[in-house]
Amino acid sequence: MKKAFSLFALFVLVVFVPGCKGGNEAVGQEPLTKISGPPAYGDALIDGSIGEPTILIPMLSGDAASQDVAGLIFNGLVKYDTDLGIIGDLAESWDISKDGLVITFHLKKGVRWTDGVEFTADDVIFGFNTIINKKTPTAYSEDFLQVKKAEVLDKYTFRVTYGKPFAPALASWGNLVVLPKHLLEGKDLTKSEFGRDPVGMGPYKLTNWVPGQELILDSNHDYFEGRPYIDRFVYRVIPDRATMFLELQTGGVDMMDLTPIQYTKQTGSEYFRNNFQKFRYPQFVYTYMGFNLKHPFFKDRRVRQAIAYAIDKSEIIDVVLFGLGSPATGPYVPNTWPYNPDVKKYPYNPEKARQLLKEAGWEDTDGDGILDKDGRPFRFTILTNMGNTLRMNTATIIQWKLAKIGIKVDIKVLEWSTFVNEFIDKRRFEAVILGWQISPDPDQFDIWDSKKTKEKEFNFVSYSNPEVDALLEKGRRTYNIEERKKAYFRIQEILAEDLPYIFLYVPDATPIVHARFKGIKPSPIGITYNLPKWYVPRQLQRHHLEP
Amino acid sequence: MLAYLFKRLLEIIPTLFGITLISFFIIHLAPGKPTDIFTELNPKITPEARERLEKLYHLDKPVIVQYGLWLKKIARFDFGESFSSDHRPVIEKIWDSRKPLIERRLFVTFMINLLSMGVILLVALPLGIFSATHQNSLWDKIATTTVFIGFAMPTFWLALLLMILFGVELHWLPISQLKSMGYASLPFWGKVWDLAKHLLLPIFVSAFTGLAADSRFMRSSMLEVVRQDFVTVARAKGLPERLVIYRHAFRNALLPIITLAGLSVGGLVGGSVIFENIFGIPGMGQLFYMSVMTRDYPTVMGILTIGAFLTLFGNLLADLGYMLADPRIRAK
Amino acid sequence: MGRQNLRNLFWKRFKRNGLAVAGGVIVLALFFVAVFAPLLSPYNPDAIDRHNVLMPPSLHHPLGTDDLGRDVMSRMIWGARISLAVGFVAIGIATAIGMLLGALAGYYGGWTDRVIMRFIDIMLSIPTFFLILAVIAFVGSSIWNIMIVIGLTAWMGVARLVRAEFLSLKEREFVLAARAIGASDVRIIFRHVMINSMAPVLVSAVLGVAGAVLVESALSFLGIGVQPPTPSWGNILSLGKDYIELAWWLSVFPGLAILVTVLGYNLLGEGIRDSIDPRLWETERK
Repeated sequence: MKKAFSLFALFVLVVFVPGCKGGNEAVGQEPLTKISGPPAYGDALIDGSIGEPTILIPMLSGDAASQDVAGLIFNGLVKYDTDLGIIGDLAESWDISKDGLVITFHLKKGVRWTDGVEFTADDVIFGFNTIINKKTPTAYSEDFLQVKKAEVLDKYTFRVTYGKPFAPALASWGNLVVLPKHLLEGKDLTKSEFGRDPVGMGPYKLTNWVPGQELILDSNHDYFEGRPYIDRFVYRVIPDRATMFLELQTGGVDMMDLTPIQYTKQTGSEYFRNNFQKFRYPQFVYTYMGFNLKHPFFKDRRVRQAIAYAIDKSEIIDVVLFGLGSPATGPYVPNTWPYNPDVKKYPYNPEKARQLLKEAGWEDTDGDGILDKDGRPFRFTILTNMGNTLRMNTATIIQWKLAKIGIKVDIKVLEWSTFVNEFIDKRRFEAVILGWQISPDPDQFDIWDSKKTKEKEFNFVSYSNPEVDALLEKGRRTYNIEERKKAYFRIQEILAEDLPYIFLYVPDATPIVHARFKGIKPSPIGITYNLPKWYVPRQLQRHHLEP
Repeated sequence: MLAYLFKRLLEIIPTLFGITLISFFIIHLAPGKPTDIFTELNPKITPEARERLEKLYHLDKPVIVQYGLWLKKIARFDFGESFSSDHRPVIEKIWDSRKPLIERRLFVTFMINLLSMGVILLVALPLGIFSATHQNSLWDKIATTTVFIGFAMPTFWLALLLMILFGVELHWLPISQLKSMGYASLPFWGKVWDLAKHLLLPIFVSAFTGLAADSRFMRSSMLEVVRQDFVTVARAKGLPERLVIYRHAFRNALLPIITLAGLSVGGLVGGSVIFENIFGIPGMGQLFYMSVMTRDYPTVMGILTIGAFLTLFGNLLADLGYMLADPRIRAK
Repeated sequence: MGRQNLRNLFWKRFKRNGLAVAGGVIVLALFFVAVFAPLLSPYNPDAIDRHNVLMPPSLHHPLGTDDLGRDVMSRMIWGARISLAVGFVAIGIATAIGMLLGALAGYYGGWTDRVIMRFIDIMLSIPTFFLILAVIAFVGSSIWNIMIVIGLTAWMGVARLVRAEFLSLKEREFVLAARAIGASDVRIIFRHVMINSMAPVLVSAVLGVAGAVLVESALSFLGIGVQPPTPSWGNILSLGKDYIELAWWLSVFPGLAILVTVLGYNLLGEGIRDSIDPRLWETERK
């Protein structure tokens, strides 16, 4: 009888106490978010990721997962500050010559690789020579090929000379180029074990890598900015998003990126409010619909503008992103210095769209509901890549909206490399929905310059405007922020008028972190920039590691 | 008998050759190059950089030359180097001999498939016999419907439902992966227990969805055997029905099942892509999916070849089992 | 026994098998829905409604709405067409290839047989789903590619079946007689022997369709099945997976639809097999 009762009690508990999830909620009744304490060493942070890193050498890695983890192991000479200014990392300071052609870096002293050897300027020039070496399969050599001369002045001084002023120069000296010379000299980087078992000088060092499952990183007690509080960082690979979200709820994951719907609808319960902290900030990414400007339909600017009027960006943001994003008006993201808020906008206006199309000669003469001109119906295909639900849904909404003004749209979803090789590179497309990942430096020469339209180059929509060409050149050849700003503001005005792309939206990043982690300070560059300063107050620590 | 075995082994060689040929050409007919993933959405990559990547990987050579180079290596069990940016030897990705057994992908997939095959046989055989001896009864119908529901259920859906029930709601079982955080510090039996808890759902899902073929086959095989002369003779001799069924009928009905089990290895190995992805299990299927999506040809080829090799091996084992079980062949 | 008699016997046996009849009804119902999709579907399956996103089942939307506010019931009804088409075209291709190769191997024997059997062995040893996955990912996942690739990897069973039938039939009287009066090989293969091996092929095809529906849903789970906005049960279910805790209707209905149809095909296939297999009749008579 007693046993039966306790079984029943257990059942009641399980069924009716949905809040009873996760690990250490036993600490009083108080929500974890309210409990604070002094910084303490210890505990582990489990970060959930869809993808697995491939190689932990920044200059060789092309994927986000590798960069996430390598970013904890390697530092650069400089880094972006929370306000997107550039500050020293391994460099104590630097001087730039008056003509902007020579940069001299003064390195911090006493920084050690995790194997105990001191970091010096030799490591920087070694990394530099590696990245410009034709044998190194890196995708990032472009910025470094602009360097005319690189030299080591002494153990802690490194100097580079450029042929022409190059505005993105300083920012390029991030963590791509620093490699331990004493471990890698004379070795083939691609063949060495280093990429799976790296030695860095960053806040964490790799302890174990279980392929397909997790990477375990332990804190570097000699880190030059001080020992990180959290002792262990686990990068857990969970290929399925739904599975990962279940793991978050049961304590198997402490931190992950939420999808828009998870952010808005699935993490609002009391359980989540008490046990997790959510963040939201714009990403350096924008999604757009690009037109093939060589296609007869889209040669006419009025047609492009009409389509812009027929698309309701706020609807796309509401439905696809659940409101977690902002409308894009140009190729920069809001709240950054190159962003120009005062450009021509296209509020939703189907009437105006119809009128513009009529001016351009498109009318429904045969009454089939589809506009036509010279006997040709207005029907085109939007291409997008597979596996990206947001883009897919965006295309679906645009299809629906354009049908309402008499344009028939087909959607074709293609696997990425087919898409690029067979359609983008060969210019076999009418319109595409894609996104660009942008760097905080506003130089976008490769995307908009009229000379960059050859096969495999990035101006694949074949945009050509001499004024934009001149402004792009101007913007990358001066260090004066005000002058650059003027150039990029003007470029945005022209693009908004010309509409080679319809700039759709800038999605927000929406990470979630377990509430026992304190010291997180959101900023325009995200939350993980100060990971070594995060901590878990002693009484909230969940994982206790053996020494 | 040895001669027969030898003949079977010889037959494997052209089969393996055919497998490599087919998959190699299919993969290379496809457009797209592995270097594309590497260059995804990064405006800072110049076309020269791309060409350089292609040269480095011999992608500029004719397909037939690439195949020749590849085959030459394969003879030495060298599947070449992965195209992903880690550039590791493919064989090391599949079977990393420096890691503990449980962290080697081939072993993980092999172990799970072996276990679920064991579970399938343990359940399917009695169920098939029961269905056959109670042909067309209500229980037969229930058994039939149950195994077919298992077959008809989309694997990933079933897996997710079970994860929610046992992981999130009841807290009885872990949700994904093979081991817990503190696995390394557990004593031996603790490790076994931890693994068992993690493996329970994947193996259940894999076994439940794969039950139908074997149990149905057992049923019809049994039905066929039951009406053969020797069973009738056994009955006529007055042996108890139980003995007739299990001693005489069962052993004979088992023969075709052995062959079927051998053939089903391919299906099981293929199915591991799905449950390894949903459960986040670091096995060969997961690696295969990742490699396919990143056009890592050497790894794709390596896994296809090893997968086919495993299947062939399974068939061979089945043949061997058949020989041992069938007195007629054994006598030869 | 005349052909008419056989047919009667088949029906008599089939009708007595409750599960088989249930399977048949399910498959017929599916056909009905697929054929009359435009009439049955209450909404345009592509109609987006920003004010009705992820609504639970209600009178207006009996099966709820999806993440773009589209009516799930309408999408399921149109999806029935896609799922049916994938199954039938794929298995049509597989059956055609299987019958042709099986017939060639069984009828001619010798080297033809040896080469074809070796080919079958090769195809059987490559883990099928690996092969499908690789090819679809590489050539692109249009609905036609999916049908063709499933078809190209599912013919081996049929080929073996047909070959076995041929081996057992080709020495029978009616074939020998046809040959004696000078009928051509093609005529003998198609007019005489093939007709006689149709029954097991039919069973294997019905079971194959069930398999193809499942393969499409597995491909959708991996993101390379039939691509939205074209609705297929696989991609609706795969979408529903991501909302499983929030919008149960998005996974339960397509999941059940797949489950019930695949079950239906299986019961039907097994039922037909039981009803045409003379070996099973005798056990019952006893």
